[in-house]
Amino acid sequence: MDIQSYILILIGTVFVNNIIMAKILGLCPFMGVSKSLETAIGMGAATTFVLTLASGSSYLINQYLLGTDLTYLRTLSFIVVIAGIVGFTEMFVRKTSPVLFRVLGIYLPLITTNCAVLGIPLLNVQAQHNFIQSLFFGFGGAVGFSMVLVLFAGLRERLEGADVPAVFRGTSIAMITAGLMSLAFMGFAGLVK
Amino acid sequence: MSGLAVFLGAALGFAAVRFKVQEDPIVEQIDAILPQTQCGQCGFPGCKPYATAIANGDAEINQCPPGGEDGIHKLAELLGVEFKPLNAEHGEPKPKSVAVIDETTCIGCTLCIQACPVDAILGAAKQMHTIIAQECTGCELCIAPCPVDCISMVPIAEDVATWKWKYPVVKLKVA
Amino acid sequence: MTRQLYEFNGGVHPEEHKHASTSRPIGIAPLPRILIVSLRQHIGQPAKPIVAVGEQVLKGQMIGQAEGYVSVAVHAPTSGTVTAIAGHAAAHPSGLTDLCITIAPDGADRWIEHSALDYRNMDPSHLRNQLRDLGIAGLGGAVFPSFIKLNPGATQKVPTLVLNGGECEPWITCDDMLMRERAAEILAGAAVMRYMLHSDEVLVGIEDNKPEAIAAMQAAASQCDFPVEVVTVPTLYPGGGAKQLIKTLTGKEVPSGGRSTDVGVATFNVGTAYALHRAVNHGEPLISRIVTVTGNVHRPQNFEVLIGTPLAELVRLTGATRDDTSGYVMGGPMMGFDLISTDVPMVKATNCILVKSLALFPPPPPAMPCIRCTRCAQACPADLQPQELYWFARAKNFGKTQEYHLFDCIECGCCSYVCPSHIPLVQYYRYAKSEIWAKEKDKKAADLARERHEFRQLRIEREQQERAAKLALKASAKLAEASPESPDDAANAAKKAAIQAALERAKEKKEGVTPRNIENLPPEKLQEIAEIEARRAKIRAMAKDAVEK
Repeated sequence: MDIQSYILILIGTVFVNNIIMAKILGLCPFMGVSKSLETAIGMGAATTFVLTLASGSSYLINQYLLGTDLTYLRTLSFIVVIAGIVGFTEMFVRKTSPVLFRVLGIYLPLITTNCAVLGIPLLNVQAQHNFIQSLFFGFGGAVGFSMVLVLFAGLRERLEGADVPAVFRGTSIAMITAGLMSLAFMGFAGLVK
Repeated sequence: MSGLAVFLGAALGFAAVRFKVQEDPIVEQIDAILPQTQCGQCGFPGCKPYATAIANGDAEINQCPPGGEDGIHKLAELLGVEFKPLNAEHGEPKPKSVAVIDETTCIGCTLCIQACPVDAILGAAKQMHTIIAQECTGCELCIAPCPVDCISMVPIAEDVATWKWKYPVVKLKVA
Repeated sequence: MTRQLYEFNGGVHPEEHKHASTSRPIGIAPLPRILIVSLRQHIGQPAKPIVAVGEQVLKGQMIGQAEGYVSVAVHAPTSGTVTAIAGHAAAHPSGLTDLCITIAPDGADRWIEHSALDYRNMDPSHLRNQLRDLGIAGLGGAVFPSFIKLNPGATQKVPTLVLNGGECEPWITCDDMLMRERAAEILAGAAVMRYMLHSDEVLVGIEDNKPEAIAAMQAAASQCDFPVEVVTVPTLYPGGGAKQLIKTLTGKEVPSGGRSTDVGVATFNVGTAYALHRAVNHGEPLISRIVTVTGNVHRPQNFEVLIGTPLAELVRLTGATRDDTSGYVMGGPMMGFDLISTDVPMVKATNCILVKSLALFPPPPPAMPCIRCTRCAQACPADLQPQELYWFARAKNFGKTQEYHLFDCIECGCCSYVCPSHIPLVQYYRYAKSEIWAKEKDKKAADLARERHEFRQLRIEREQQERAAKLALKASAKLAEASPESPDDAANAAKKAAIQAALERAKEKKEGVTPRNIENLPPEKLQEIAEIEARRAKIRAMAKDAVEK
């Protein structure tokens, strides 16, 4: 494996196979924490931290603990690991930044059940990535997630002041915006094979 | 599998000790949003007790009429919960008022002075009382104890100093 | 000598319309039938009335006293009788009433005794207080009390003094005419400012659309005993804004949220300099100013008007009201505001009355949605991003507006002027500003209430504790009396000791008490009191000895 393949993994996960826009994973925080830029950035950072750790550790577990016999325990053990990491992150954030902790509110524990965080380790296994590739895949996916979240939060801050027809106000117009964003991200398809 | 669980449990336990947070300042933050009228309409004896109750989950965020919808929005944002309309059981929001004592009727009983949560009433036994308007929060707590009903609430009139520019009403051009 | 000039970003070139009112000299407005002097003419706390209804006042007599630090006095513009101290429609965009003192002139126009101030031999602080009591406030528009600006502060020096003769707003010519006709007096006022601020250089910035004023000021400057540089600056609205003029003349930028003195510059309107000259060299308070009456009138002209003159009487001086008059603006078309009623008096801030007609000022076309062209950002002289401010003010996201430096906006109206969608941008900023101010006020009130409530809780708790302690003390004293002879009881002894200690403390406190209310007594009485005190002290000493034995 050369350095080029890692860069390709990064670009591929951030833009082309963006976890929200292309894979439609992790929509709960995408809609829930995108009301202001500050929370979006915080959530992005927390998710990046969790996802990178989760994809690395789940690779190790899959490779050395489960092997080829215990594959039926894969999802279960991944969830346990993710829950552990999220618990740790929660305590860490609470200690280091109480403001961010309050801002993230319910969404921080919800990273546990975030399908993106489970999805990436599972995709790692499916694609038979090695350890470093898994880390890059997890990190890239998380960066893509954060980027879309922050962009979308910026758009939603603008939506507050827009003349939206009454029936579309709130979540509906956010959904429409998300759809348009997803369309825009389709433009990246073909960038990396 | 169980070994994994035990290991993670131990790690989390360690982290819980290592990253212990001493005091939750959330009560202070809630208290900062509350309007400090100390009126008790929420069912608690003041703003701080209400803030504590919200923080402990013993009270809803929609029990403060003087704070109005604005206050509820802010509380909802702070606590990461859904906005709820004001609970009508606790009263309706009213225009900001101050209490005024009709000084010809006042008998100087000091009952209102004891009721005032912010010491905004001046007076002594058998002396006429008066209200320090700048310090009155408009909580209405002095009205009930008055034996001669000499206290009334007067809405604060808008004057040149408190006047606000209005939100521009812009008609969009009809195509 | 040519000075290097700098350019500020943005700015617009609205049609000037200045010639209309410069063809006639400054007229002296006749004494009006009635004068209504507002007590809130300056920024800060309104003045406090110090006259009573029915009182006779003389011209220049102080009728409202400065209250608080940011405040100045107001004066009777002529001699007459105070007929009312009550609310009257104010010269304010709200059209609300405000406390005013109404004076019926007696026609004699008798001055109160006044004399020039010997400012060079005066304590600077005393001099500033004198200026406050003479009601001197900035006449450029903000009406900030001048005595505060004339305090050189900790550095004891403001190196550059700028006289602002920019007058960039269309239609208005009051400063132009003042400079043309009374240049020497303006510079006499500048001499006082220069003395008070210990300035090294005096600059007069005048836009190049006022050649007569520049010539007059240059002529006066050559007669001056200190160096004055009259600088011609290019005409560009809002080049007469204090921060913009400072940038043009010195290249210095006032930091965001700061004041011009932060960069060592003090800026005064030329009208303020003139008023200061009248105050210091003649002892006259600020009771009149030059007002431009222009727009849809027969004879547009500048008048020297007594403060408190009703608007209607002033406008009548320019001829009969035209039929197509559609309203009145106080100030210019860019920054002024529509007067809701014509029944308002002139105040110190009134530099212009602009009479509107539909032909001269057609109603603005309906606003269209913002198309993000950012033309407003190019026009903004404060280097803000009006389109962002607009967006957040519209969404009532006030926190964000402050992040985008809403309070550096000078409300000059350049953004609204250039907006191709005709969005009334400044209205949104004013709305956001006043909402933020109101919120801050509420917050302060809430903090005060919290503090007072917490103190009350503390007091109640303390009182309860004190009462409990007193009761406990009484109870234990009774106990000690009931069983006097049990010296071996250790607990009892300890209690006794505690009581003793408490008694002693109380005694000491008592001894510390000195006789009160003795200031106004004759010496014999004092002697008597001293004797009694001595006896008391003796008895106390004896009692102490007995207890100790």
